[in-house]
Amino acid sequence: MIETVNISKRFGKLQVLNNINLNLNRGECIALIGPNGCGKTTLIKSILGMVLPDTGAIIFDGKNIKGDNLYRAHIGYMPQIGRYPENMSIGQVTDMIKGIRNSNEPLDNDLYEQFKIGSMWDKKMRTLSGGTIQKVSATLAFMFNPKVLILDEPTAGLDPIASEVLKEKIIAARENGKLILITSHLLSELEDIVNGVIFMQEGNVKLHSNTEELKKKTGEDTIAKSIIHLLKNEQA
Amino acid sequence: MRILKYVALDILKNKIVMAYAIMLALFSWSAFGLEDNASKGVLTVLNIILLTVPLMSVLFATIYVYNSNEFIELLVSHPVKRSMIWRALFAGLSLSLVAAFILGAGIPILLFADFATAIMMITAGSFLSVIFVAIAFLSSILTRDKAKGIGISILLWLYFALLFDGLVLFLFFQFADYPIEKFVVLMSALSPVDLCRILILLRLDVSAMLGYTGAVFKDYFGTAGGLVVSYLLLSLWIIVPFMMSLIKFRKRDL
Repeated sequence: MIETVNISKRFGKLQVLNNINLNLNRGECIALIGPNGCGKTTLIKSILGMVLPDTGAIIFDGKNIKGDNLYRAHIGYMPQIGRYPENMSIGQVTDMIKGIRNSNEPLDNDLYEQFKIGSMWDKKMRTLSGGTIQKVSATLAFMFNPKVLILDEPTAGLDPIASEVLKEKIIAARENGKLILITSHLLSELEDIVNGVIFMQEGNVKLHSNTEELKKKTGEDTIAKSIIHLLKNEQA
Repeated sequence: MRILKYVALDILKNKIVMAYAIMLALFSWSAFGLEDNASKGVLTVLNIILLTVPLMSVLFATIYVYNSNEFIELLVSHPVKRSMIWRALFAGLSLSLVAAFILGAGIPILLFADFATAIMMITAGSFLSVIFVAIAFLSSILTRDKAKGIGISILLWLYFALLFDGLVLFLFFQFADYPIEKFVVLMSALSPVDLCRILILLRLDVSAMLGYTGAVFKDYFGTAGGLVVSYLLLSLWIIVPFMMSLIKFRKRDL
């Protein structure tokens, strides 16, 4: 569904992405992991068209995304730190996004109800806490039933209950055959959600594998341990 | 279009824009009230407009564009054309600042000055607002650093509003023995502020005070053709900086 062909990106002297080739398909729920500054967010932003790669192409559903914007109607994106216009209320932001998306399909108001967004409808974005902003971001990402979900550190800042709600929602989306891409530092959080792993380091994809295969290969019982196992072997 | 609606609403609710409109109104009403004849009042108001309108437009627009980073980031992950976002921001800022100008200074000008002059002043003020919004867009896309961007904007304003005049005057006196009037006319086209000043001064018939140069100006800018050329130049001052910023914005990493 999403294919990246040889994409590279430099920020000044820093090579952030180095010839990334990936093929992601529906039904996959992938943990995108790696140390800080390894290019995770840049990769995500390239897929979203926010960062334009220096070389290479990104193919979405068989079409190159360059110069296109309509493919984004199929993506729900939850940023790491949701930044919203301060003067707008939750309601205004939601209405504006609805207007831009202009979708005829029924909306998914599941998270809207579970996070009780309606009760904060008129609150200004600047008065919201980090966790509440994350809730708004999550609600917006899931609202339009997108085929692809890109979640950048989705549970950071959420309280345990909200975090659990969101996890359930992600699992349900996976069962529905959507493609989900999650970045996180906390591998333990993703353990029971994901079925694939991409490990990045210094702009390179070190590992792209199914979780079952990875565990079998390394003989460990969790993804976290498997990754550490691999890293240690590499150094030795 | 929907983006434009939200941008315009957001700016109009902004207290600074309201304060700007009120300040312009206070200045204009008091200038017209204090001067005994309307023509003098017009001159005072003109000087206020030529100084404050560009400053306010360029500063407010620069800061607003930087503060809209979140808004831009929010929208680019949705199916919207990038150029649409930039255009909507530009249109929103221009419309709001022009509205503030017309509400604040336009009404007293219409009431006190004679109709043709008033229309000319309002057109010039509106042009200046939009031109300096366009310049603000250019300087805010040149650097990611907000302080630097605001610095560039202030420098540009300083240059157009004050330094440029000094430069022209300096050249004028240095080469007073040579026939450089035509050259001066050409130079003045290089600053939108001066272009507006000349257009209005010519309407006021104080150009006679400007001596021979005034006569040359009248020859160039007083005619219908000169007027059209002036408006074309002013439009270029909007289009060129804005298009440059748009091209850069489309290639920018967010």
